[in-house]
Amino acid sequence: MTEASAVNDPGIAFRTIPTAVSDYAGEVDKLYYALLGLSGLLIVILVALVVIFGWRYREDRSGERLPLLGKRTGHYVEIGFAVLLALLFLGIFAWGSQLYLALYGESRADMTINVVGKQWMWKIQHPDGTREINTLHVPAGETIRLRIISQDVIHSFSLPGLRLKRDAVPGQYTSAVFTPEKVGEYRLFCAEYCGTSHSRMRGKLVVLSSADYQAWLTRNGQGPGPVAAGRQLFESYGCSGCHQGKASVRAPGLDGVYGRTVPLADGRTVKADEAYLRDSIMLPQKHVVAGYAPIMPSFSGQIGEGEILQIVAYLKSLEPGEWQTDNSTGARP
Amino acid sequence: MSASAEPAHYLTGGWSLRGWLLTLDHKRIAWLYAISITGFFFLGGIAALLIRLELLTPAGDLLSSEAYNRLFSLHGIVMVWFFLIPSIPATLGNFLLPMMVGARDMAFPRLNLLSWYIYTLGGLFTMVAVIAGGVDTGWTFYTPYSTLFANSAVLAAATGVFVVGFSSILTGINFIVTTHTMRVPGQTWLRLPLFVWANYATALIMVLATPVLSITLLLIALERTLGIGIFDPALGGDPLLFQHLFWFYSHPAVYIMILPAMGVISEIIACFSRNPVFGYTGMVLSIMAIALFGFLVWGHHMFVSGQSLYAGILFSLFSFLVAVPSAIKTLNWTATMFRGRIVYTAPMIYALSFLGLFVIGGLTGVFLASLAVDVHLHDTYFVTAHFHYIMVGGAVTAYLGGLHFWWPKLTGRLYPALWSKVAALALFIGFNLTFYPQFLLGYGGMPRRYHEYPEAFELLHVMSTLGTGVLAIGYLMPLVYLAWSLRYGERAPANPWHAKGLEWLAPSPPPVDNFVTTPTVTEAPYAYR
Amino acid sequence: MPTDEPVPAEQFDDMAQQRRSIHLGMWAFLATELLLFGGLFAGFTVYRVQHGAVFAEAATHLDLTLGSINTALLLTSGLTLFAAEQAITDRHRGTGLLFLLATTLLGAVFLGIKGYEWYAEASHNLVPVLGWPFHYEGQSPAIAELFFNFYFIMTGLHAAHMLMGVIALGAMVFLVGRWRDAHKLDRQIRMVGLYWAFVDVVWIFVFTSLYLLRA
Repeated sequence: MTEASAVNDPGIAFRTIPTAVSDYAGEVDKLYYALLGLSGLLIVILVALVVIFGWRYREDRSGERLPLLGKRTGHYVEIGFAVLLALLFLGIFAWGSQLYLALYGESRADMTINVVGKQWMWKIQHPDGTREINTLHVPAGETIRLRIISQDVIHSFSLPGLRLKRDAVPGQYTSAVFTPEKVGEYRLFCAEYCGTSHSRMRGKLVVLSSADYQAWLTRNGQGPGPVAAGRQLFESYGCSGCHQGKASVRAPGLDGVYGRTVPLADGRTVKADEAYLRDSIMLPQKHVVAGYAPIMPSFSGQIGEGEILQIVAYLKSLEPGEWQTDNSTGARP
Repeated sequence: MSASAEPAHYLTGGWSLRGWLLTLDHKRIAWLYAISITGFFFLGGIAALLIRLELLTPAGDLLSSEAYNRLFSLHGIVMVWFFLIPSIPATLGNFLLPMMVGARDMAFPRLNLLSWYIYTLGGLFTMVAVIAGGVDTGWTFYTPYSTLFANSAVLAAATGVFVVGFSSILTGINFIVTTHTMRVPGQTWLRLPLFVWANYATALIMVLATPVLSITLLLIALERTLGIGIFDPALGGDPLLFQHLFWFYSHPAVYIMILPAMGVISEIIACFSRNPVFGYTGMVLSIMAIALFGFLVWGHHMFVSGQSLYAGILFSLFSFLVAVPSAIKTLNWTATMFRGRIVYTAPMIYALSFLGLFVIGGLTGVFLASLAVDVHLHDTYFVTAHFHYIMVGGAVTAYLGGLHFWWPKLTGRLYPALWSKVAALALFIGFNLTFYPQFLLGYGGMPRRYHEYPEAFELLHVMSTLGTGVLAIGYLMPLVYLAWSLRYGERAPANPWHAKGLEWLAPSPPPVDNFVTTPTVTEAPYAYR
Repeated sequence: MPTDEPVPAEQFDDMAQQRRSIHLGMWAFLATELLLFGGLFAGFTVYRVQHGAVFAEAATHLDLTLGSINTALLLTSGLTLFAAEQAITDRHRGTGLLFLLATTLLGAVFLGIKGYEWYAEASHNLVPVLGWPFHYEGQSPAIAELFFNFYFIMTGLHAAHMLMGVIALGAMVFLVGRWRDAHKLDRQIRMVGLYWAFVDVVWIFVFTSLYLLRA
């Protein structure tokens, strides 16, 4: 069957342990080896016991049967084994949890790259607005946060070289943090079944040196950066009409809103992060600001996830008080 | 051989359609199930064969993407719900549970027959989905793909599985009540064979977990038919809620699949080591612990999904803990052989095969319980290999072992020893050839449910596919010689293996009421010494 | 004509074993029903916490009066069914029949009122089913739609169970009318009683979650 788009795999060989692209990947491999070692040991012991017992106590062997282990001894063996194994397991559990928190936790990043999954491609947006499809270019040595979302069904952004995987879920952002170190090309897969061309939703991770990455951005950057793009969208979708205009409609001013603690109509307060800004566009009545009527229309189904990310970038760039203050809007803390 | 030479038993008299399709005899119902289950097994097996044939080459050249996606979905649905879940409980469990407690039949024979009808008709209805083009969501039906995007027979498939769920529930109720109320005098709880304990725990899970699947499937069906959905992000719904509800059932479901298998293994190893099972009390506690803890780990299917990190950590912790009782059981099975008198019959070979394969499957589960490692391995072939080691290497091996162990009791016939041992070995070898390479594919990054893949992964896929040839021999051989034995096999005595257990007191095959005189129990189980 | 000594079914050794088995079986079945509704309530709880204000406002669009009447009817029917059970145990056929009929009637009226509520909601365009127009005048129609989805699914599933209960009650009316085997009737009425009680309890939770937790 011929399919429309050709798939762009990196030309690398199969490795049972893929090249570790980051130090984190190397740490995960260490845990994997520990698990292999522990499992191997347990399997060897089991097989040895079965073989030894199977041979020594086979039916046609002559002689009286020796008595069974006493009940007390038996209990000691069982409980001893269980406790020992449980302790080993707890050690592995702690190790794995600690690495997990490093990958998904709220750690500091040098830059954020946006990833939007849709049937059946990955759309990637760099901080300066450069876009690419099914390939992710990153600079070595810098800590990168991926902000991931889906436009339709659940996908999963998988980078085996980094031992990284994160589901792309419609309606909510997910994230993961990594620091690539080894320059080269590696695999990129969609790892959550998402329909007909799930297996074609794959491509490349390209790790470049910092300088090469900048050069690549310059060569490939098209159009305005996300902040400028976001400003254009803010106007073309009519947001500025209520939020920035001197209209009869009262809407909260948005200059400096990002990061602020916003008081809501129901008495709660919420921190204005990216998720809050996205919800305010898509489900505006979810967090109605105190002192304002719930009259903002929803833009769900009208604005794509990529555009939302650009508008959010624009809003993040605004300083408090940047807009003129004579429009009597703005909820200041 | 004329039938008049043998005394009347449950298979003589009544070969009419009515005698079978309206039977209330748990032994006949077990056979009805065995026939349906075998049919579905081979249907799921053919799907698997086609999948592995496609995966011989990196390009999607044998099947279209649509066809491939429907095939792996069919394979999962049929194997999980129409084969693995009912297999041991509905066949061996139905036949043996009443006998092992000394009863004449199950507590509710009519519910028993009803459960078979629901199962078979539900399964056949799901075939309507297949005929209507198939379903392509995977057996996991993740939203919003299944509710808002899939153009396949999701409704028919979900309805079919929903219907079959009631079969599980009825079987579960029957097992629970029979075990509680129908034990003969002397058959106290702690004298019950571990096969009974295992099926009892399984029944508890069936009764408590299956309804959650029912409501989840109902919600999908409602969203697809009436447009009335609760998983749609545009309405403020959460697609992850589906995953929580789905896995709340589907994780305990895998313990429904493995606990009866563990029960079978206990019976076989004790008999052919001529020893009581080592650590009977520990075994009972482990069985119940597995059933309980199995309800606390469902989020380990969702470590990369965006669920709360701290929930993830808790689920990981419980996943490690649930492995401990299984490890105790493995130790105890091995220790049962200590100072035994070991006989290498076909059932024993299946049991030893189970030990090796189950341990690999179980330990690779520990890999997946480790959060950071799971992130890398999630949705790769490592997971596929892990669960096939447990489900096929474990549950199917035990099912075949149990069939071979109790075949003389069920049919009154013996099967050819040499062929049966060859088949057991073929299964073990073929299975490893097929699935071991998949662990390597997985850590190497190969994702699941891929119709086509990068060329570099080809070699291991070829190895895996070639292994299925040997595996298929392991499945087909018993079909042939067991069927042969029904007519030409040597007649079996009541207790050809000299095993302990009430079922062996009855003639082979048993009379309709199971026992000539109602047994009483005066000794501990597995009184082999 | 009632038989004097009940004979256990073939698989049972005596009536005591049969009774124990049937009771345990019924409770096991009710456990499955609990988990069925439980899954639905778990989902509702998650969203109720997440979208509290919108759900509370949406709840004000439900008819609290009719819901309360239904609750009263259902609770009363529990009483009448209990009375029927007592009467049958005491072998008062007439009284038993009367209370059974009352229970059946109360159940049927409940369903009638529920059906009327749905009809009223449909005429107010509050039924987001099959793409029908959904005109919600309050904050956040999208999330309110989620509330109404739950409302129809929960009351629908409950109504389906009520219907099965009413049919079982109808069957009991017929059997009590005939009065063939009093001991068997004892067992049957007890089973129906347990089921009806369960359906009653589920309604309390449905009513509380949907109607009472309002703004």
